[in-house]
Amino acid sequence: MNGLTQCLTLTWRGIVKLRRHPASLADVVFGPAIFLVLFVYVFGGAISGSTRDYLQFVLPGMLGLMTLLATMGVGVALNQDVSSGVFDRIRSLPTLRIAPLVGAIGGDVVRQVVAIVALLGFGVALGFRFSTGPLPVLAACALALGFALALSWVWVLLGLALPNAQAVQGLGAVIIFPLSFASNIFVPTDTMPGWLAAFVEVNPVRHLMDALRGLMLGGPVARPVLITLLWMAGFVAVFAPLALAAYRRRSVT
Amino acid sequence: MQKLAIEAKGLVKRYGEVTALDGIDLDVRAGTVLGLLGPNGAGKTTAVRVLATLTRPDAGTAAVLGHDVTRDGHRVRELIGLAGQHASVDEDLTGRHNLHLVGRLLGLSRRDTAARAAALLAEFGLADAADRPVRTYSGGMRRRVDLAASLVNHPRVVFLDEPTTGLDPVARGALWDRIRALVADGTTVLLTTQYLEEADALADEIAVVDHGRVAARGTPTALKRRLGTQTLDLRLADPARVDDAAALVATVVGAVPARVGERLSVPVADGAMMPAVVRGLDDADIEVAELALHLPSLDDVFRALTTKAMAT
Repeated sequence: MNGLTQCLTLTWRGIVKLRRHPASLADVVFGPAIFLVLFVYVFGGAISGSTRDYLQFVLPGMLGLMTLLATMGVGVALNQDVSSGVFDRIRSLPTLRIAPLVGAIGGDVVRQVVAIVALLGFGVALGFRFSTGPLPVLAACALALGFALALSWVWVLLGLALPNAQAVQGLGAVIIFPLSFASNIFVPTDTMPGWLAAFVEVNPVRHLMDALRGLMLGGPVARPVLITLLWMAGFVAVFAPLALAAYRRRSVT
Repeated sequence: MQKLAIEAKGLVKRYGEVTALDGIDLDVRAGTVLGLLGPNGAGKTTAVRVLATLTRPDAGTAAVLGHDVTRDGHRVRELIGLAGQHASVDEDLTGRHNLHLVGRLLGLSRRDTAARAAALLAEFGLADAADRPVRTYSGGMRRRVDLAASLVNHPRVVFLDEPTTGLDPVARGALWDRIRALVADGTTVLLTTQYLEEADALADEIAVVDHGRVAARGTPTALKRRLGTQTLDLRLADPARVDDAAALVATVVGAVPARVGERLSVPVADGAMMPAVVRGLDDADIEVAELALHLPSLDDVFRALTTKAMAT
């Protein structure tokens, strides 16, 4: 019970911070909108023949991209808490040992939900139409959020292991850009050369994309959702223990 | 014999090649203030981190109010408060929200948290700034909100890690007043500082820390006596009277002053010598242009204490 209050309190902190920091709120709300407008109107015609068709194709992709990008926030927030001393302040209180981690992740879930709602809102305003029902769309959002949470462990690890927030962001970009561009987020993969297609084939983002498109536009969902869930389990299985070990190390030294 | 609030024996902490704590022993009687005095890297902060359960020692034992810091950390954390450079507040939140955060994490009800936060903000002179983000606070206000955040749970032992480093004298004085009020309420305080003056002003006892051990320990007065000398410097208005003045100073102080031009410099065991010297010079009608008594600096303290430790 006490633990639950602590987690909720730390999530509340995330919400207050978001509200207090107009810049980061703008980042979460308008970032997706700007990306969407640019991609649809700059590349849309060239890629799909019409911006309208491209919007249908790329919106689920943007949902995936946003969750990828937003997860970086966990690492950055955690790193800032460590270097500013907030981490130690929380740890000097009789709280759950894991509380500062929960705080960083809880705050991030809030950001993600805001970003997802903003993105879908802008998409619909631009003319995107879901071809499935409300439940599959909710399932798509949940899957994107779940994927982000599973991936958070990578960021928790980096946030604790790297010296400062800039390093986290820098390395984050190095990881996210290949994963997102070498996938079917922005374009169909048919025209890619063989070696790149091979990478796309093993890129977990690709399966997430297939699943999101299936859930939002119709098409096969069982296989891509299953593969995505397996990837998520894999991320958690590998990175959660590493992140927790890094956390424990950080906690005792 | 009063009860010990903090008791540490043979604490060792190494970071790779660096030995931060080299078998340090510390004890603080309940209701008193111990000042850990030392330069950067002496091990002060590491000692505080171990006692506040943030860092696990490699060897040795420590207990706060009878609870072992490694085995019974949770209980220790319920009883302590930690403030200073390494336990900070969230700059993006307001002062009030920071105190709310702490109160709720401590398991206080919403109503109790709000009441406690309001009381602390008023007590620390932060009521007007309560709803501004901490990032807009001055250095002194920040340290006060830090200290307030560490007092939400009415701790019986408070660790203050360099609470006034970087503050101007006015802000420092204000923070000292808050710390004195805390002590008056019976709180035990362990304070680290680089300033001899601060330890002198606040601590019942001072432990001089160097290379991860206690180099010397005693009341501020006893330590200063051990350090012995201060230096009395004077410059004469009339260079022709230097000989007379030097002879006079030698008689009053009991030591021959060093002379450079119209300047005299002499070690004195006790600051009370200064008025006697002034009176003597005045009686002999020797005019003094400049007069200063230099307290031993922290450097002097260290040099004196470490050489003494080596000699014995």
